[in-house]
Amino acid sequence: MEHATQELGPLAVHTAGYLWLIPLFPVVGAVINSLFGIRIQRTLGKKWNHGIAVGMMTLSFLVALRALAEMISLPASERFLQNTLWNMATAGSMRFDLAFALDPLSMMMVLIITFIGTLIHVFSIGYMAEEPSYWRFFAYMNLFVFAMLLLVMGDNFAVMFFGWEGVGLASYLLISFWYTDIEKAKAGMKAFVVNRFGDFGFLIGLFLLFWSLGGVWQPRADARSVRYVPEIGYKSDSTALNPYESTGPRTVTIHGHAIPLGPTLNFRELRDQIVVEGTGVGEHLRHQKVWGVMLLTLVAMLMFVGAMGKSAQLPLYVWLPDAMAGPTPVSALIHAATMVTAGVYMVARLSYIYAMSPTAMGWVATVGVLTAFFAATIGFFQYDIKKVLAYSTVSQLGFMFIGVGVGAYWAGSYHLLTHAFFKATLFLGSGSVILGCHHEQDMRQMGGLKKHMPITAWTYLIATWAIAGFPWASGFYSKDEILWKAFTQRGMELFGTPAPWLGPAVFALGLVTATATSFYMFRSYYMTFTGKYRGGAGHAEEHDEDPHSAHAAPHHVTAGHPHDNKDPVVHGAHAVHGAHAAHTAHAAPAHAAPAHDDHGHHGGLPHESPRSITFVLVTLATGAVLVSLLGIPMLWSHHEPILEHWLAPALPAEVSFAHFSHATEWLFQGMGVAAATIGWFFAMKLFKDGKSSVPADLKARFFGVWTVVYNKYYVDEAYHAIVIRPALFLAAFLSWFDQHVIDWFVNFVGWVARLLAAVDDAFDKYVVDGAVNGVGGLTREGGRLLRRIETGRIQTYLYGAALGSLLVVLLNFLFR
Amino acid sequence: MIPTLSHYLAVAAVLFTLGLFTVLTRRNAVAILMGVELMLNGANLNLVAFNKFVVGGLTGQTFALFVVVLAAAEAAVGLAIVLSIFHTFKTIDVRAADLMRE
Amino acid sequence: MRTPKKLLAWTVGSAAVIGVVGILSARLSPAMAAGGARPLAGPFTIADAIFWGVAALTVGGAAAVALSRNIVYSALGLLAALLGVAGLYVFLSADFVAVAQVMIYIGGVLILVLFAIMLTNRIGEVNISNASMGWASGGLLSAVMLALVLVVAFEVPWNVRPSGGNPTTAPIGHALLQQWLLPFELASLILLCTLIGAIIIARKEIRAE
Repeated sequence: MEHATQELGPLAVHTAGYLWLIPLFPVVGAVINSLFGIRIQRTLGKKWNHGIAVGMMTLSFLVALRALAEMISLPASERFLQNTLWNMATAGSMRFDLAFALDPLSMMMVLIITFIGTLIHVFSIGYMAEEPSYWRFFAYMNLFVFAMLLLVMGDNFAVMFFGWEGVGLASYLLISFWYTDIEKAKAGMKAFVVNRFGDFGFLIGLFLLFWSLGGVWQPRADARSVRYVPEIGYKSDSTALNPYESTGPRTVTIHGHAIPLGPTLNFRELRDQIVVEGTGVGEHLRHQKVWGVMLLTLVAMLMFVGAMGKSAQLPLYVWLPDAMAGPTPVSALIHAATMVTAGVYMVARLSYIYAMSPTAMGWVATVGVLTAFFAATIGFFQYDIKKVLAYSTVSQLGFMFIGVGVGAYWAGSYHLLTHAFFKATLFLGSGSVILGCHHEQDMRQMGGLKKHMPITAWTYLIATWAIAGFPWASGFYSKDEILWKAFTQRGMELFGTPAPWLGPAVFALGLVTATATSFYMFRSYYMTFTGKYRGGAGHAEEHDEDPHSAHAAPHHVTAGHPHDNKDPVVHGAHAVHGAHAAHTAHAAPAHAAPAHDDHGHHGGLPHESPRSITFVLVTLATGAVLVSLLGIPMLWSHHEPILEHWLAPALPAEVSFAHFSHATEWLFQGMGVAAATIGWFFAMKLFKDGKSSVPADLKARFFGVWTVVYNKYYVDEAYHAIVIRPALFLAAFLSWFDQHVIDWFVNFVGWVARLLAAVDDAFDKYVVDGAVNGVGGLTREGGRLLRRIETGRIQTYLYGAALGSLLVVLLNFLFR
Repeated sequence: MIPTLSHYLAVAAVLFTLGLFTVLTRRNAVAILMGVELMLNGANLNLVAFNKFVVGGLTGQTFALFVVVLAAAEAAVGLAIVLSIFHTFKTIDVRAADLMRE
Repeated sequence: MRTPKKLLAWTVGSAAVIGVVGILSARLSPAMAAGGARPLAGPFTIADAIFWGVAALTVGGAAAVALSRNIVYSALGLLAALLGVAGLYVFLSADFVAVAQVMIYIGGVLILVLFAIMLTNRIGEVNISNASMGWASGGLLSAVMLALVLVVAFEVPWNVRPSGGNPTTAPIGHALLQQWLLPFELASLILLCTLIGAIIIARKEIRAE
């Protein structure tokens, strides 16, 4: 698997003047739908709203395919397409252009975003059909895709950061799409605020990196490279009219390529400076320290804070589960396929920086594995199908960070790709289920849906296989590669101390997490699709005569749960049913009418979703199987996996792994499959057909543990306790302190003063008064005199100033 | 006579002094502000003249630009204060605005 | 009644200024010719004539500001003085500063001043609106100041060196965004504060009640 790394040269650039079209189309769609959407919807119908949005997405995807074709036709080392539109700002040594670039990594991201994005747009047609502000939804979706494309296609940090903030904005808008519900508005706000925390770290890391590249370069004796002379500040040369041209060499020529040096925001220039050996910049940075910490470690860890926010890692993951308040296609698009992978993308994009700092690698991998494990355990006990998927997303993102943390950048990116497919399938499948069950999200109210919605069930099962890691679906290949690389990585450090055990430890915990993943995903599958239907049967009869009954469906589903009597299934959920009813009532969107009467179904029995939805599900599930072809391990085919080969030019980091025999590798793959099978087995035993009573027993026995985990380890409460309560307590304490201690002290001082005053009084009256009166009179007379000077008129003051300056000049002449 | 540095300085000196005189003798707040502008212009002329004849480069001109910008800011705020005084005292005689004195 | 006194002041003042400048120039010329880099002797060209005209415009405008009793005339005098200074900038090959002077001072400050005049005076009484005070002491102090500065201007042996007259706009742009970036940004902040402050100060108090 390890290939000899030869010295890397600078990137060859190919100009592709059409790249700007890729982000242009979605933003055009967003602008049209936001400006004229409501008029279009009223006069022309919703068909045109989604027609514009989906059409723009398709065009964007087609241009991306054109770029892919061009990239494939180039030799591997020259796969870098670039398109500079115009210069946006130049200030000092900072300069950034509005420019787009595609290398194999961002090409992969662009294809994911445009392809899966288009499918999710198509899905939304059916899902949002009854939404009154249909146009607003599609405007936001297109805006989100635009921002995401800027993020991955930006040629420099500025454009990337613009997209980075843009997706934050779009996700805020989409999560709180039903903003009249205060809880959903709050969820959007939470996502926004938590992400700001991360962005702060990202920005500081960026500034630090920019600052560290400043300085002056002097040619070395061999003239092939330069010496780096750090210099704080700017050395001005007053004789030169244009100081910009008068500073030392700004480029160095290596192998006939001129490489620009110095602070830069441009990814390619940054990469060339650091990766190409002869520049000496990488060597210089390796020895640069800030407060005793290697500078690159600081940069990498601070930027990773940004990734923690965006990609929902511990401890900044709290926004993602709440973000499920948004419409389901939003969850699929933002929280599964694209936005949350921005952090992984960023780490992979800057792989050469992370690879230079073993501490940063260990940090990323540790946070990743802890998040993966933590989120998976929460996923065990959730009943809301979307919440299960949300925690599963957090967990899978943890896997991706293990990959990019241990240096298997291609494996992390590959997991990103496979996850995009299977998690989008799962989310859209859950959306289809929610739609079929009339906006019911609680899995205890489902069951047996396989009969009613076979296509959804099958696609959901395929995606579950993929996420659990069975060799006939894609998740196996990426997850297995990540875990294997984690096991063979022995070079990581934990806060500066070498920790060769860290890799195997990450592997072990990752394997446990993989088992857990398989368990809770099959649990959600069995609870939803097998056994008997536990939801609101009976509505069908009641409302048969009313063709628009579905409009009232949410109220029926949430109102009374009359089925409890008719369908006495003994189930773990029963105990908390009352509490749950309240929860559902709040979860059901008040104004999103879920009706599907145009399909001939009425409230009551679940039904398969419309064609636009099943088509998307089937496409995505097929993709979830087929992308495994991109990652067939070398062990099987004796060829480098296709994707690894494809991404190699974009991931120039040099990371070494320990070598093991093929037998060991086979063994580890077997362990992966075994883990998935164990999880599947237990899930089948416990939850298939909803017959087993073991879950209820276990829950009764370990009710304490169950409560803690069910309540997500009380992390939200902990945030309250750690951040909000102490502030309130401090305020209360200070108030008490003020009232009691300070007041007492003041009163005491007052008493002492009174005592002294009484003593003083006599003395004062006879001895001091005389003197005081004298001084007082003097002061009053002086004041009367001085008041003349303070006229309050500027002229007087100016006389003073002018006379004073004359006096100074005069004195200067006299005493020179 | 061909103008030399000293001639520019002389013009600047006259500008400055006339500005000073204006500020010293006027009661009208707007006139006082005009005087301040004259003084600033005199100083600015000095900056540019020294830049041309003695220092070279661009520093003097850049400073002159900054002075111009700050003078504009000063004029805006100053005139706003004048208007405010007018609203309060119904006159812009600076002798009237002496509330702080009492 | 007052006219003779004023006439006297004008005459004395002008005579003093011309006398001091003349004497100092005469004293200066040989010294500059000996050591100065730029030859002083030479034909009196049209350019020189224009210089003196512009200088006269400047000084005359400034004098109108200082001495006119009508504040509107003062403002017009300020216009002349500012234009003259802009012209002198052109002579000093500071083209960008000259244009900035015209645009900011004449286009901005002067207009503001005129607005302030119009807003604070009734048109009927403009001719007596520029009363003054303290002629004697103010004039004396200014005269002493002028004499001092003129002596400095003409007596100090300035280390003059030649310099070219290149266009300055592009280099000033570079200098502002590189060498002087921080002051530049601070200036923009100050302008923002000014904008807000001026609005807050000048707007009429809205009384709650």
